[in-house]
Amino acid sequence: MSTLAEKVNLLKSAFPKLIVEHTEFRGQTTLVINSGSDLLKICHFLKHQLGFEMLLDLTAVDNLETSPRWMLVYHLWNIKENCMLRLRISTNEDPPTFPTVSHIWPASNWLEREVYDMFGIRFQGHPDLRRILMWDEYPWHPMRKDFPLAGRSWQGSNGLFTEPAPLEGGPFHILPGHHPSEPRAHPQQ
Amino acid sequence: MLNQNENQTFQLIYHPGGAPAHTWSENDLLHLNMGPSHPSTHGVLRIELELDGERIVSVRPHIGYLHRGFEKIAEHLTYTQFIPYTDRLDYLAPLANNVAYVLAVEKLLGIEDQIPPRAVYIRTICSELARISSHLLGLGAFAMDCGAVTVFLYQFTEREKIYNLCEALTGARFTTSYTRIGGVARDLPPGWCTTLNKFLDELLRTVDEIDRLLTRNIIWIKRTKNVGTIPPQTAIDYALTGPNLRASGVPLDLRKDQPYLCYDELQFDIPIGTIGDCYDRYLVRLEEIRQSASIIRQCIQKIPGGPDNTSHEPIMISNFKVALPPKSNVMTQMEELIHHFMNVTRGPDCPPSEVYFAHENPKGQLGFYIQSRGGGVPYRLRIRPPSFFTLSILPVILPGHLLADIPAILGSLDFVMGECDR
Repeated sequence: MSTLAEKVNLLKSAFPKLIVEHTEFRGQTTLVINSGSDLLKICHFLKHQLGFEMLLDLTAVDNLETSPRWMLVYHLWNIKENCMLRLRISTNEDPPTFPTVSHIWPASNWLEREVYDMFGIRFQGHPDLRRILMWDEYPWHPMRKDFPLAGRSWQGSNGLFTEPAPLEGGPFHILPGHHPSEPRAHPQQ
Repeated sequence: MLNQNENQTFQLIYHPGGAPAHTWSENDLLHLNMGPSHPSTHGVLRIELELDGERIVSVRPHIGYLHRGFEKIAEHLTYTQFIPYTDRLDYLAPLANNVAYVLAVEKLLGIEDQIPPRAVYIRTICSELARISSHLLGLGAFAMDCGAVTVFLYQFTEREKIYNLCEALTGARFTTSYTRIGGVARDLPPGWCTTLNKFLDELLRTVDEIDRLLTRNIIWIKRTKNVGTIPPQTAIDYALTGPNLRASGVPLDLRKDQPYLCYDELQFDIPIGTIGDCYDRYLVRLEEIRQSASIIRQCIQKIPGGPDNTSHEPIMISNFKVALPPKSNVMTQMEELIHHFMNVTRGPDCPPSEVYFAHENPKGQLGFYIQSRGGGVPYRLRIRPPSFFTLSILPVILPGHLLADIPAILGSLDFVMGECDR
């Protein structure tokens, strides 16, 4: 992991003001970048100077009711030296927008489409930003935290429709971070 | 009938319903829709093709027909409750998914070093058994799509034996849900390893048979050699992993590069291809089956407690903050009862942090990114499906090929839609 530490130091010295946080947990390194506009410079540097050739994963997190609400998480992999780096970047814009990295890592083309589909985060400069898992006509972004688990009822053209799923009083669980004295069934949303 | 004009455009003359004549130019491409329920798309994949004669000009894959919202559901279940959902990801290798998921949760909990060695060995056997099962079906379906039905029948006979082994081990043939956070659900049944060894003997004979049927078969070579070639850089750019990446000559295998489970104690080779065509992907999978068989043999020899667990090695962690205590103790002792209650209702209390763990699944790296805010329910659980990345490369590699090459290329990529769509 020493090579990874060296790489992180190189990145920090190249962009001293942009890396705002550096955390280590279970041997994994997370860097937090402070603004979207310089994301491309950092990504370019990571790929071409530090050898993070593979974009393992790109996903988003909806931090509802906290600011900033939208967070992107990139997982990068350096094949030659076997190390992984996690980048996080946040925004509070409405609608949330980030620059696309699809010209740096082509794998992000579909990943960004999925993030757009599920979270409604837009990617500036994306060549083909369409829904990927849901159908084109679908009006919502289901992975947002304010979208109910059961879904919503919707009437589309050509007889397409959705209805909330019957949850039979469930789900039976406790919300993350909350510790009530006893678990209760959630009211059906 | 075609009426040729001077400016090289063609007009249809025959109009049965008196429809207005459509003018065709010779640049017109044929739009063809393939799927979503086409036998060679191995699931519900739809591909929109533009054809110039039989040559493919452009490709637009459409996925999402099997989207069940697992990531959304995961945010509403405790970590333990999500294990059965992982069976339904890559449903051709459910055991490997089970192992991958619990390893990710254990990494988040920081208990990966405390897992009893016997459970680690059992998990390794499960992963490799799943790899054999998945590769057998991958090869069989690939060969059947190219017209060699015999291979499909041969491999299904072997997969049936794997299902029998799964049934004896987990109680279910298909949806195994075998692993638990902190160990595995139950120990190996008596005599299971003997059956497994016997199966491996028969399997290797079948694999040799498949080898003899295909590897030097001129029809097979003509269908697969130099078809669907993925250059190494393209494979890396599109984040391909697993056999598809290794067939392009990139020796990336997490079992070697970042050893987990007990892979660092075992001897095995990572087969890699040379040019990354369909034939290389076939050869890599064939060899991986043999390597997996060898890994399982080594595990059976080295497993702590022996095949029948004569020395009563534990298979579950003894930290009952995260794992269910033995049922007999729950019924008789207060503390265990409380642990049981807390585990079932709240799930294991994970630290508020984030972790990513990828397992070398048969189809590639199956990764789980878990973001926790404390408590027993993930705030965000992201599944990195290898098949999703495999399919995203189709618009790059298909153009220029013949329509008849599509079944061969799709078969050789060996994706599964349950995992791609989640």
